[in-house]
Amino acid sequence: MHAAVVVFPGSNCDRDLAVAFEAAGAQVSMVWHKDTDLPAGVDVVGIPGGFSFGDYLRCGAIAANSPICRAVADLAQAGGYVLGICNGFQVLTETGLLPGVLLRNAGLKYICKTVGLKVETSQSAYTEGYNAGDVIDIPIAHHDGNYFAEPDTLARLQGEDLVAFSYTDNPNGAQADIAGILSPNRRVLGMMPHPERAADTAHGGTDGQALFRALAGALIKA
Amino acid sequence: MKATVHIMLKTGVLDPQGEAVRHALGALGFSGVKGVRQGKVIELDLDDGASQSDVEAMCEKLLANTVIESYSVEMG
Repeated sequence: MHAAVVVFPGSNCDRDLAVAFEAAGAQVSMVWHKDTDLPAGVDVVGIPGGFSFGDYLRCGAIAANSPICRAVADLAQAGGYVLGICNGFQVLTETGLLPGVLLRNAGLKYICKTVGLKVETSQSAYTEGYNAGDVIDIPIAHHDGNYFAEPDTLARLQGEDLVAFSYTDNPNGAQADIAGILSPNRRVLGMMPHPERAADTAHGGTDGQALFRALAGALIKA
Repeated sequence: MKATVHIMLKTGVLDPQGEAVRHALGALGFSGVKGVRQGKVIELDLDDGASQSDVEAMCEKLLANTVIESYSVEMG
């Protein structure tokens, strides 16, 4: 598996994400936001957490219009895999690769803690290492994680089994407790919680490991 | 030439920052504030001849997220 991790000015989880991919057996290339092309042979692109461009204008909005994001969108449209975590999820909604938007947390506070996540579907390369209904512990660290979408979009996400993870105890006001969603072809995942921060015993939790291992397994099989 | 873009959250989208401002006004003794909605104003300095539709394209592409925000453009 060849993974590319995009780095924007203000990204701060890029190296953590690279380490998690590597631990699952991936070869990792770091890609700068001004690059116009992804390295040849990339199977999956990781868009990391952080505060790309200082969250100016809207979280993820400037990053979504960077040169590399055009290449990421092309890859996704050609059936490639894209994993956006935290700010990466915000970037994916701003590019339109995933529907909806992440609003300011309902309680207005930045929240940094480990939360319970319910795995809503095991039907994706990211979640097939879990069973639907499993509850896993994954850290969140965000100010704008309050998922919002129009009612028909929410109904479609739920009806087509595209909600990947939901909060067991909604920390931020997200509609339908949504913590992560999949694209219709199930190859683009955006999630606010940080599985790469629960991927090593030294992290204090390893519930995120199964995501990276399942992805590596699926992409090596493919 | 100048253009001014006003961006507001659409009706029905919760504005937690506006709500916080409303509470703060109440705490300061300003009674009767029934609602506060917070938005953005963006001023653009444009080449002469820029049209309203140019600015609307900028709003659609970058300045506003039309999932949650509405915008209005004032030229000149």
